[in-house]
Amino acid sequence: MKTLYDKLWDDHVVEDLGSGDHLVYIDRHFLHEVTSPQAFDGISKKNLKPWRLAANIAIPDHNVPTARGQNFELESIEDEVSKIQIIELDRNCNKFDIPQFDINSEKQGIVHVVGPENGFTLPGMTIVCGDSHTSTHGAFAALSMGIGTSEVEHVLATQCLRIKKLKNFRINLLGCPRDDVTSKDVILYVIRSIGTDGGTGHAIEFSGDYISSLSMESRMTICNMSIEAGAKVGLIAFDKITESYLSDKVQLDKSEYDNALEYWKSLSSDSNAKFDKEIDIDVSKIKPQVSWGTSPEMTSDYDSCVPELDQNSDKYSTYKKAIEYMGLKEREKLSDLTFNKVFVGSCTNSRIEDLRSVAAEIKDKRISESIEEALIVPGSGQVKLQAEKEGLDKIFIEAGFSWRDPGCSMCLGMNEDKLSPGDRCASTSNRNFEGRQGHMGRTHLVSPMMAARIAIHGGIPHE
Amino acid sequence: MSEFKNISGIACILDIDNIDTDQIIPTEYLKSIKKFGFGEFLFDGWRYHDIANINTPTSSRSLNQDFILNQAPFNESKIIITGKNFGCGSSREHAVWALRDFGIETVIAESFGDIFYNNCFKNGVLPIVLNQDKLLMVKDHVSNESKLHISLVDKNIVIKNERIAFEVDSGMLDMIITGQDEVDITLSISDKIKSYESNRLKHKPWLN
Repeated sequence: MKTLYDKLWDDHVVEDLGSGDHLVYIDRHFLHEVTSPQAFDGISKKNLKPWRLAANIAIPDHNVPTARGQNFELESIEDEVSKIQIIELDRNCNKFDIPQFDINSEKQGIVHVVGPENGFTLPGMTIVCGDSHTSTHGAFAALSMGIGTSEVEHVLATQCLRIKKLKNFRINLLGCPRDDVTSKDVILYVIRSIGTDGGTGHAIEFSGDYISSLSMESRMTICNMSIEAGAKVGLIAFDKITESYLSDKVQLDKSEYDNALEYWKSLSSDSNAKFDKEIDIDVSKIKPQVSWGTSPEMTSDYDSCVPELDQNSDKYSTYKKAIEYMGLKEREKLSDLTFNKVFVGSCTNSRIEDLRSVAAEIKDKRISESIEEALIVPGSGQVKLQAEKEGLDKIFIEAGFSWRDPGCSMCLGMNEDKLSPGDRCASTSNRNFEGRQGHMGRTHLVSPMMAARIAIHGGIPHE
Repeated sequence: MSEFKNISGIACILDIDNIDTDQIIPTEYLKSIKKFGFGEFLFDGWRYHDIANINTPTSSRSLNQDFILNQAPFNESKIIITGKNFGCGSSREHAVWALRDFGIETVIAESFGDIFYNNCFKNGVLPIVLNQDKLLMVKDHVSNESKLHISLVDKNIVIKNERIAFEVDSGMLDMIITGQDEVDITLSISDKIKSYESNRLKHKPWLN
């Protein structure tokens, strides 16, 4: 009896290296401009070439300007260092013959959005990228994880990773949520419940009737943030919804597709499979979530207060530092906070479903006077095109949002999209760490629906 | 990577849980395409008052004198002692490069982020996991002495006449001690990879 993780693991072990180490084969390797230059340099110095070219796909996403329009010239990137990094990716892709969706490709976007929507992410694959949110692709029953740059080099050179097997952790998400609770609220609630290290050393499989009811977009949001609970691998079993999502994205002939489908249907945990850890969460009790602190676990219900500091708690110094950084007071109502920035985007929440959710909230409304900037950054060129086909861009612009070109943008502020010191931002991204969105910026993690409501009200709306 | 068997030096305590890799090295410095030169930006947001900028020489920046790594003798720390979940968050190996370039040879914590933990071994930085009781003993000692001695061969931390044992995977520790290159080792069994590949395509031709 095997878990889904066990099955994927067993299918990819090339060699048992002893003392827990295994050589594991990698089917798909996504590359971007930030964590690849040193790896390409490493294989160059060893006079090596990528082991299997077709495994790789490169996309610039972290640094790219998001107000660039079509036929953008790399030379016009203002930040010299960002420019060098994007040019370096171009150069390395040309040198090693690695396929790239470059900055002007209509398919360019955030690697974790582009991969699935183009059929590069398939069930049963092992997938890696030098980015911790690679856990996203686990929504397709793929063993997918973020790796460091040394490992990027190792995968380029050998098509394998030397790793140890993780433990199995299952989180059963049960019941039917409130209408204003999205998969983002659910994963924030999970992180708040088990802590940012609750999944460390484990692959988390998300299951239960709630998961079965979700679209692939919502499932990706859940797996995307498993790393915020410490688990570099998040997983969801293959089912009819996965099959239907893939049907127009996979380019295989009929017999190959049938062959693949038969295998994909085996990608779920056996009914008696043993998990090292297992918990149930009733999603019907979850309210919309808003993070208040500087770690994703510092999250509360939208209608609650900043916690009270307890000198006897082992969290005292960590919480005190977070409350100070965020410019909050103990026991302050979250609904009393005034926001001046809104960011909708990132590999967590920049897919078409997220944009539709924002549009539904802000249609025929204007953003609050307190909001100095509200950005909507689609996850990819294809998401952007679809949104424009549906007329969502007009709704965003009429409401006062800035409608941008695809990229990671203000999730981590590597390009021009940054918070200024003291800014308070409702963000659909994944990390509220100190300085994450800009020096001394204050990030509150929320769903796209809540971000839209905050944009309209200037704060968290009351019931 | 140099070969080494012992770590001996100044230890500083950062008594905060969940120190993420964005704190260890802010995103601004990820724009570098080099693998070295990150030491002066270690804990940039805590070490300096002004905004991180890769083009600003650190000599012209405003130091936060309240931060421990700016105070003697801790500005020469080789060891960091911290709480739970050190190195969580982003996979950026730059975090380990910054620790290494500053001169940090080991981080002692109650637990580590998984990706960070692996990255450490690739760069000669030893992550040591200790349970709460042992961690407290080490912290108490360092509060008085500020110096610590660690034997990698015996896998223990020396405190006065006591030895505090720690566990670390022998294969991974060997990588630190010998500084061997993993790519070379893996390529020495490339026939195994080729045989896996041909089998894979027979059974799953859609994965080509």
